[in-house]
Amino acid sequence: MVSPVTSIAYDRNLMTPGVGDVIADVLVVGGGNAALCAAISAAQAGARVCLLERSPKTYRGGNSRHVRNFRCAHTGDLGVLSGDYELDEFYDDLVRVTKGNTDEAMAKSVINDSAECYDWMIEQGVLFQPALSGTLSLSRTNAFFLGGGKALVNTYYQRCEDLGVDIHYNATVLDVHIEDGFADGVLVDFDGQQTYVRAKALVFASGGYESNKEWLARHWGDKAINFLIRGTPYNRGEVLKCLLDSGADSIGDPTQCHAVAIDGRAPEYDGGIVTRLDCVPFSVVLNADGQRFYDEGEDVWPKRYAIWGRLVAAQPNQIGYCIIDSQSKDLFMPSVFPADEANTLSELFGTLGLPVDEALETVEQFNDACRPGTFQSNDLDGLSTEGLSPEKTNWARPIVKPPFYGYVLKPGVTFTYLGVNVDANSRVSFNEKRSENVWAAGEIVAGNILGEGYLAGFGMTIGTVFSRKAGQQAGAYANTNA
Amino acid sequence: MQTQTLNLTGDSSITSEALHDEAARQLSICNSCRYCEGYCSAFQGLTRFRSLDASRVSHLANLCHNCRGCYYACQYTEPHEFAINIPAILANVRADNWEQHIHPRWLAKAMQRQVAPYVLLTLFFILVFSFGLGVPWLSDQAFYSAISHNVLVAVFTPLFVLPLVFLGFGLRNYWRAVGGSTLRLKDVKAAVQSAATMRQLSGGQGQGCNYEKKERYSSARRWSHQLTMYGFLLCFASTSTATVYHYVFGWEAPYSLFSLPKLFGVTGGVMLSVGTAALAYLKSQADPALGSQSRGAVEYVFVGLLFMVSTTGLLLYFFSGTALASFWLIIHLAFIATFFIAVPYSKMAHGFFRFAALCREAQLQR
Repeated sequence: MVSPVTSIAYDRNLMTPGVGDVIADVLVVGGGNAALCAAISAAQAGARVCLLERSPKTYRGGNSRHVRNFRCAHTGDLGVLSGDYELDEFYDDLVRVTKGNTDEAMAKSVINDSAECYDWMIEQGVLFQPALSGTLSLSRTNAFFLGGGKALVNTYYQRCEDLGVDIHYNATVLDVHIEDGFADGVLVDFDGQQTYVRAKALVFASGGYESNKEWLARHWGDKAINFLIRGTPYNRGEVLKCLLDSGADSIGDPTQCHAVAIDGRAPEYDGGIVTRLDCVPFSVVLNADGQRFYDEGEDVWPKRYAIWGRLVAAQPNQIGYCIIDSQSKDLFMPSVFPADEANTLSELFGTLGLPVDEALETVEQFNDACRPGTFQSNDLDGLSTEGLSPEKTNWARPIVKPPFYGYVLKPGVTFTYLGVNVDANSRVSFNEKRSENVWAAGEIVAGNILGEGYLAGFGMTIGTVFSRKAGQQAGAYANTNA
Repeated sequence: MQTQTLNLTGDSSITSEALHDEAARQLSICNSCRYCEGYCSAFQGLTRFRSLDASRVSHLANLCHNCRGCYYACQYTEPHEFAINIPAILANVRADNWEQHIHPRWLAKAMQRQVAPYVLLTLFFILVFSFGLGVPWLSDQAFYSAISHNVLVAVFTPLFVLPLVFLGFGLRNYWRAVGGSTLRLKDVKAAVQSAATMRQLSGGQGQGCNYEKKERYSSARRWSHQLTMYGFLLCFASTSTATVYHYVFGWEAPYSLFSLPKLFGVTGGVMLSVGTAALAYLKSQADPALGSQSRGAVEYVFVGLLFMVSTTGLLLYFFSGTALASFWLIIHLAFIATFFIAVPYSKMAHGFFRFAALCREAQLQR
């Protein structure tokens, strides 16, 4: 069982700025992709590096454990990537998903640096594979990691070990001492032992606050209790809060999180990729009152799963019920949990705990509104309902052939947008002034580029590009301030 | 339910059905994830199925070479509640397949799970050769002066042929259970190519497996296995050419160092000894929880048996002409006799089942 992580109490008097051993030139806070790339880059720049990962070794890597690919610009074939993915097309894709809510100069610089990252990753021992079955639409734009994110994380940890990076697990940063943008050190809980440690330069790559339900509840109210967290339970945003409290300029909508609709039976934390449910376009989705609430067939699922997180979050009890019949059973990727199955709709609704009469009436109305036509699962087939509200504009086929299947949908939170403001070199600004020795990377800076929405694999691009800069600069800073 | 219910550590009472169900539970999670598709054919084969019955689970289990890449890359290993450990559950399913399909089952069960039968058989054959057939303990007279060719043939022909007959029937049972159709030459060709290069231990890109170095890749197991397999085949070639020499050309042993039987035998013997010793060492470094723990000790015994077959053969050759020659002859023959009986009932079965699985996979791919 993955349990929620709780805060650790500490005594502020343990903070002794200016006193105590400098444990490293560069101290990296976090243990995911960005932290590791920063640590490797700083070590390669010649610095003595210490990395603090909050989780035990088995859960190291933060949300990077769950990632699977890296979006990368390229002209001509590049490793597993075929054809061209030019800078302009990449940027246009970003503008489309963020509805223009991005920083153009910064976004273009990340996109520009992505191709070079691919080669750098190969040098560190990262292995790529062609796009996985069922993700062929990404084969030109996204390089997949062989074995996925945990294999990537393993490779980077090995690289860190080989470069002599001092790695600590179960090491939770409790507080930071930063004055006028200058960091002195951090208070760390090393597996129960609380110590103040100092370093010449600090890189914060400690993620967002999406697994902190109390914080989510501040913006979402009691609804947050019903949210599932797709990734690590360790991203509680406590370091982010320390930075903001120390005067770091914030960026990104503090109230928003990226949520998708996932299998409602998934674990509360850390369900990862397998909890996706791709059956919505071929179904009718009912809420707990047995009513439909949105056009299930508006577009193909890869373009719609992200909005369904919010749609479901807005329903009573933050839950949706996805109903299909035997005709649609094999049209989507297999689900991790088997569907509830019944030979009649009323039996199925009973099992799902839906109000049977209301739900039956809704499906009956839907079936009556379906029109004859050719059903095509792979394309927008234009097979829409007539005179129904809300309409279903594609794949509207009567739900009539038993057995019937039901899946539960819940909102699955992927990441939060709130972060710290950085410049193009990933240096954090405090009270609108660039810090001398504090850098940040990864999810904690994603809001500088992703104002809203998400582009598959782009989190890893942001994470890798910024963290390499952060690591190089922090390493160089430590070398010149010996 | 997507949480583990089986305890695989040494519990010998787990039924085939329970193993298949647990494997199906885990593989259905894999089928929703698919991150491991690049490692081996088992994961590529999995994407073909939407549901997993015993037949499909068995096929995938025998395709798995226990490279462990998928385990160390997995987001869902314990303490995650999904408790994925594909290398372990598939190793258990494989071992169960060998026990279920090869008759008599009591013998398969005994030799797949216990060390004692190997010790007793070897001792028994030492007694047979020394007292029953009168081979002296100390004599420089080895081979046909110590034991006649006809006696050797009379003893070893049934010891060699009978187990192979049982193995053959077992493989037929397995083939039916996984739904195999009539074999075509190109299925066999594909399987030979895969086995010849141990492609399934390449990690997908030649980086190797995650066996003894855990999260790190290594090709040590692939090399050790190749030394063992080719060493074994060379030893087999040695015996085969010697048989042809004897019956076709009338040339009797002992043969000179530069004869085919000796060249094959000595080279193969050295390879087999080095390869099995390396395999045993690698196994001692690997995490036992990722294999079939209930059979772990017996796997060592089997690798040890192969090691003894080759090493005593080399010793026999080394001491030929000395007073220890007949001693090593007795020991060598006893290990070979035990090995012959063990072929269908020990870890040795894995090679045949896996070859069948590679043939079946080639069929499914076309």
